[in-house]
Amino acid sequence: MGVADITFYAFSTVLVAAALLVVLARNPVHSVLWLILSFLSAAGLFVLLGAEFVAMLLIIVYVGAVAVLFLFVVMMLDVDFAELKAGMAQYMPLALLIGVVLLIQLGLAYGTWVFSDGIDSRLGNPTPAVDEMHNTKALGMILYDHYLLVFQLAGLVLLVAMIGAIVLTLRHRVDVKRQNVLAQMYRDPAKAMELKDVKPGQGL
Amino acid sequence: MIGADLAVLIPEIVLSIYAMAGLMLAVYTTKDGMAPALTYATAAVFGIMALFIAATANGPAQSFGGMIVVDDFARFAKVVILLSAAAVLIVGQESMQKSGLGRFEYPMIVTLAVAGMMIMVSAGDLIVLYMGLELQSLALYVIAALRRDSVRSTEAGLKYFVLGALSSGLLLYGASLVYGFAGTTLFAGIIDASEGGMSLGMVFGLVFMAAGLAFKVSAAPFHMWTPDVYEGAPTPVTALFATAPKMAAMGLFARVVHDAFGMAIADWQQIVAALAVFSMFVGAIAAIGQTDIKRLMAYSSIGHMGFALMGLAAGTDQGVAAMLIYMSIYVTMNIGVFAFIMSMEKDGYAVTDISALNGYASAQSGQALALLVLMFSLAGVPPMLGFFAKYAVLVAAVDAGLIWLAVAGVIASVIGAFYYLRIVYFIYFGEPREGLAGRMTVIQWGGLMASAVIMIAGIVNLFGIDHLAANAAQALVR
Repeated sequence: MGVADITFYAFSTVLVAAALLVVLARNPVHSVLWLILSFLSAAGLFVLLGAEFVAMLLIIVYVGAVAVLFLFVVMMLDVDFAELKAGMAQYMPLALLIGVVLLIQLGLAYGTWVFSDGIDSRLGNPTPAVDEMHNTKALGMILYDHYLLVFQLAGLVLLVAMIGAIVLTLRHRVDVKRQNVLAQMYRDPAKAMELKDVKPGQGL
Repeated sequence: MIGADLAVLIPEIVLSIYAMAGLMLAVYTTKDGMAPALTYATAAVFGIMALFIAATANGPAQSFGGMIVVDDFARFAKVVILLSAAAVLIVGQESMQKSGLGRFEYPMIVTLAVAGMMIMVSAGDLIVLYMGLELQSLALYVIAALRRDSVRSTEAGLKYFVLGALSSGLLLYGASLVYGFAGTTLFAGIIDASEGGMSLGMVFGLVFMAAGLAFKVSAAPFHMWTPDVYEGAPTPVTALFATAPKMAAMGLFARVVHDAFGMAIADWQQIVAALAVFSMFVGAIAAIGQTDIKRLMAYSSIGHMGFALMGLAAGTDQGVAAMLIYMSIYVTMNIGVFAFIMSMEKDGYAVTDISALNGYASAQSGQALALLVLMFSLAGVPPMLGFFAKYAVLVAAVDAGLIWLAVAGVIASVIGAFYYLRIVYFIYFGEPREGLAGRMTVIQWGGLMASAVIMIAGIVNLFGIDHLAANAAQALVR
């Protein structure tokens, strides 16, 4: 057993264990922390596969942004997960039954799975050999060259999501006083106050 | 090279850029004060794009290696989508303002939705199909909940979103199975792969995709969201739901089954026929007990989708042509009916109860007559245009050997006629009791009348739509 094998088993054991704990942990904050561990282990597996770019993405995007966001949401929103789960028990048997039936059916379908004739000639983007093209470049070619249109469409979908969030939640409140920076800056001290000499014992 | 690819997509690109520019313009000027101007400008842009597409129609074109296919079928569907969306925007503008929903984002979101619909009907790839569908759906979820202070409207938006997400999941799952079998997401490759017969996995994929698409066209038994969403959404938005997205989803359905699964007509014919029968009967029977006209129109749309699917079930170019004719006529009728529903109000409040129509004829005889024409047309009473739409799909089904389906369609049509005629009965023979006090604005009146006149004037030659539809269908079914 070489170093690569040992590393593989180490990472995958940690990954499976961490993933299990994500689901089993009672405290949602712990769940998110286990999730981060499973992301890191998965990144290690990607490095072993030679896909170092995907590994970096996983760490930067998922650990750096998504998981931390989760953490914030879980900590800041006071969601009672026990209450949310309470209703689940009621539907669980039926859901489980449907899930198992669906699983068996799909298992039957996959059991007789055949690929179509001449599938190799139809494959749009077969993975290039590593010595031929670097995998970061290969990903870029697919994402920004081959699927440029789809990439831009995804951008439009996100734009709609952004507009939608603003339309549905932004409220322009009219009854609040807002800071007017320009008015503050151009305020003339000479006009803003007036000194009065008040004699003792007399009013103004 | 990229220039040639993009040239095929000019209308979609123009719409996307217009939407972004419009948003910027409104944000930096008077915000919601721009809403009326932007709405009319959007309708004008839609009209210009429809003209542009019609004027530059010369043969099929592909771009991005077949991911986008612009043929006569796509052009026909795009023109119908653009014109109906423009009509709905114009007719609904005053109603939106009046109910305090004159938001400048509304026409811009509709523009992006329409761009998504146009991508849908010219998709030649599973990924493009999905992106177009999501662009459209996401925009529609937002405008369904536009009246955000109303429980009904937010419920409509949420329900639409959750069920829409579920249907997208089904569709994606089917698409992944199809991809697994074929090794490509291009429709051209999928049809190539299924030449030697469909494997079990491929059939699974087809069924899942059909279920997802049936959700989007609100065909029974995937119709549960329709009445609630139609009822809860603001009326102009409901009018939009009942027109352009329906055409887009039917166009997408036709494209998937013919472009990607054209080799396996027997496999999907039974699915589409079953959806058609269910929809026709659910639409006809469930509508009978409705008292809210928007819910009634929802069931009516389910029934009409059943008829359109009947044309698709034929599996021939004649069937696709019949479906296209049906959809264009259905969309036109709906614009007229919704123009009227938008004007239904009393003491400044919108009224959607059918009983409010009692004795409407004695108050407004002209509008009552137009409504009578539209209701007869929806029911399929000759000689209105709606009859010819139904006739076309029935003939297509019979010619394709689906006589049982045609017979079921006739029976459902007779049952469905009851609730349309009931509205006419209320209007003409109901006891007058001032149920409606609002007056129609000129634009709403124009929409109602134009739609009713088309239903009668069209019987001369269908305005040549049948030839265009036949050409479009031949471009799709090869």
